[in-house]
Amino acid sequence: MTLDELIPFAESELEEREQYEHEIHVCVSSSCHSSNSEAIKDAIQAEIDAKGMSKTCRVKGVGCMGICAAGPMVAVDPDGVLYEQITPDHAADIVATIDKSPDERLSHPTDTPFFNRQFKIVLENAGKIDPNSIQDYIAADGYTALYKVLNEVMPKGVISRMMRSGLRGRGGAGYPAGLKWSTVAKAKGERKFVICNGDEGDPGAFMDRSIMEADPHRILEGMAIAAYAVGADQGYIYVRAEYPLAIKRLKNAIRQAKKLGFLGDNIFDTPFSFNVDIRLGAGAFVCGEETALIASVEGGRGNPRPRPPYPAAYGLWGYPTLINNAETLANVPSIMRHGAGWFSAIGTEGSKGTKVFALSGRVKNIGLIEVPMGITLREIIFDIGGGIPDGKKFKAVQTGGPSGGCIPEEYLDMPVEYESLKELGSIMGSGGMIVMDETSSMVDVAKYFMEFSMSESCGKCIPCRVGTRQMHDLLDRISKGMGTTHDLHQLEELCDMVQATSLCGLGQSAPNPVVSTLRYFRHEYLELLTDYDPDAAVAADETSEVTQ
Amino acid sequence: MSKATFATVWLDGCSGCHMSFLDIDEFLLDLADKIELVYSPLVDNKDFPEMVEVTLVEGAVSNADDYEKIQYIRQHTRTLISLGDCAVTGNVPSMRNPFFVDEVIDRAYNENVTINPQVPHIGVPELRPWVVPVHTIVPVDVYVPGCPPSAALIKHVLTELLEGRKPDLSDIARFG
Amino acid sequence: MSFKTFKIDDMDLSAAEDDTILQVAREHDIFIPTLCFLEGLSPVGACRLCLVEIKGSSKLVPACVTQVQEGMEVLTNSERLQKYRRMVIEMLFSEGNHICAVCVSNGHCDLQYLAQRLGVDHNELPYLHQQKPVDASHYRFAIDHNRCVLCTRCVRVCDEIEGAHTWDVMSHGIDSQVITDLMQPWGDSETCTSCGKCIQVCPTGALFKKSKAVAEMVKEHEFLPYLKTMRETK
Repeated sequence: MTLDELIPFAESELEEREQYEHEIHVCVSSSCHSSNSEAIKDAIQAEIDAKGMSKTCRVKGVGCMGICAAGPMVAVDPDGVLYEQITPDHAADIVATIDKSPDERLSHPTDTPFFNRQFKIVLENAGKIDPNSIQDYIAADGYTALYKVLNEVMPKGVISRMMRSGLRGRGGAGYPAGLKWSTVAKAKGERKFVICNGDEGDPGAFMDRSIMEADPHRILEGMAIAAYAVGADQGYIYVRAEYPLAIKRLKNAIRQAKKLGFLGDNIFDTPFSFNVDIRLGAGAFVCGEETALIASVEGGRGNPRPRPPYPAAYGLWGYPTLINNAETLANVPSIMRHGAGWFSAIGTEGSKGTKVFALSGRVKNIGLIEVPMGITLREIIFDIGGGIPDGKKFKAVQTGGPSGGCIPEEYLDMPVEYESLKELGSIMGSGGMIVMDETSSMVDVAKYFMEFSMSESCGKCIPCRVGTRQMHDLLDRISKGMGTTHDLHQLEELCDMVQATSLCGLGQSAPNPVVSTLRYFRHEYLELLTDYDPDAAVAADETSEVTQ
Repeated sequence: MSKATFATVWLDGCSGCHMSFLDIDEFLLDLADKIELVYSPLVDNKDFPEMVEVTLVEGAVSNADDYEKIQYIRQHTRTLISLGDCAVTGNVPSMRNPFFVDEVIDRAYNENVTINPQVPHIGVPELRPWVVPVHTIVPVDVYVPGCPPSAALIKHVLTELLEGRKPDLSDIARFG
Repeated sequence: MSFKTFKIDDMDLSAAEDDTILQVAREHDIFIPTLCFLEGLSPVGACRLCLVEIKGSSKLVPACVTQVQEGMEVLTNSERLQKYRRMVIEMLFSEGNHICAVCVSNGHCDLQYLAQRLGVDHNELPYLHQQKPVDASHYRFAIDHNRCVLCTRCVRVCDEIEGAHTWDVMSHGIDSQVITDLMQPWGDSETCTSCGKCIQVCPTGALFKKSKAVAEMVKEHEFLPYLKTMRETK
């Protein structure tokens, strides 16, 4: 296919769209899907057919609209009406009020900060296009970036654009994506591979899943551009088997892209060939670690190995391999379309672009949001998130999942950036954000995450295998009011040792939830100790302040 | 010169450490000049004295009696020494730990007994759920691992203590 | 071949560029403790005992897989490292049920030796008292999982040297366990050649010959580098 063919393809889709006066969007991503949104879609379609409106109004299943707590969601375009908590029984009411003022009982306000404070790059198509339709993606400028890159830019130019964009890995550590691409491009190997890491495993995180479910072609396009830049001919998307809907849509997208020649041999009549296959993970958290992921793709046990050598030099089956997180790759088509300058103008000095967060816990608007880097935690939680429900007080926000930490109220005005979050003892992570109110015990929170790390440890290295268990047991004792000062001391020693000596990132970061809660909420630990002496603690505090 | 007061106790162990202690042969004579054994399975005193300079503890803490005894002894001892693997690690007595106490008792007194099986309960202290090393109950000053610690090692420990030094066994003693 | 000059514990040394820190240290009798590493098997960097400090970096690196760099200054025995190593040993003792006194390898055990060498005279960590099985179904050999430290030397020797791949690891985290075939009794294994290499490389008394009583199981793994050399020069 050439651009001359691609453009009419998009235009015919847009023309078809213009025939309709209205388009009703029903969210069919996991959260709404599990609340029976397919039946809602069918009911609305049936109602439209019954009313004889099928010529003027069409119904479309779309990806996540973000505000999952209010789902299942239905939107009516072009009026911009949003309906919440819809059941199939509401179909008649929705169809009846098209062209009239929307049904007040059902409508969800859209002029709130939740919607107008967000900035969407990765999720620009989510909730708008049908994830099962490649035409819809093309009509939204899809695959034009790939076309232009293949025909107009040298691989070096693509990498330089990535470098200048300032995009950093969205999977956790925030390694500069352009730098990684350039290393893989320079590595020598008979073959090279690109892997999309969709093995999202943090509790409370569903960013990658939503992207894969809402806009699967965006990931394929990002992968193809990456493959072109680094010189790879084969890609793998590593998805956990617990994401059946994402897998289904990705498979469908791969099939469609192959059919139109966007994947396969001689893409867009250029010498560039690239194929993508899906590899399913069995849901082990550690398989998000790149060397463990590679072992799993190879068909082995998902154990990490020491780095160096890094996958960029010695990856899948020993060949140079580029591994990027799904969200990172989803940024690529937009960067190529709008340019590095456009992207790097968004965000802050060290953190460019936007970040998708899965907002959950004790916050009113639970859901998926995309915000520019540099926004404050307060804006996210209180403006976009709508604050804490039931009149409770905010206590802490946990970012970065089991590898992250808890941030207390006094740092809510810190901008969301890789460095500032690290300074606070947390990490950006993949984007889980769990809000906790005054009723949460921080010792229990630490114990919860430690239990997660303990059960997800692969068992290869001793500090993580035994250390997480020992730390968990100590936290359990302390949380039950049976711990002593000695136990707390031992817990801190273990945190230090496991951080310093574990083999992979999972073990090295497993103590973070404990360390950060000890940093900001130490008194909660102390009050639970059997030999806690408040007077001694006050005296110790005073002396430590003096010495500081 | 007044003699230093010494005590030895035997918790859940096999007495092998005491045997090894007696194995120091002629050094026993030197020792007799320097220390007074005020409480021990080897002597006749029934009550632990008010304060003892050094107490050697053989055996792990296994039952209610051990548990009370070791706490009393700690309060009345200046330097407490875990003597041998049972006191230091739990050792053989701790091999029952992966099982429930009831299972262990049943196995020992019912399952494997052919004539008149019965569980003893009069005058026998109750077993604790887990056999633990001494230092998990009370602070310990010196650890002397080994099963048993060799006579030479015990001699070294005692000599150091009598010289007023805290023995450093890190590279001469080992478990087992 | 190009060479690198560097320092280990303030000693000026030189080595081939693909030599590891551990190789060079061993050549010069500098002690770096190891447990999962065994000459002749691929290194896995799992036990973390051979971690060393590199001056100018806060990150600790495993000496068994880290290649020497020009100008590198390696510290093998700082107080920090000593503390971490003792903790690793304590972790192993707390994880398994290592009763040296009744073990076939008493006196010939790497774990026991390391505890002594690194000054572990008691365990600060609570014992986990995990219930672990013993498989004595093989006619000559047996495995006592209570004594297994999951170094995977058996897994590697079986796969890399014998080529049978009878051993592997099952489950994960604290529940990890080495298994024969697909968790079948060892005696029923159709892949096991009964060569006994796993017995000889096992650092503890976990794998042993049935005829051996307490303290009688002496392991001999010197055959490994010999085999390797013979195969390479063939």
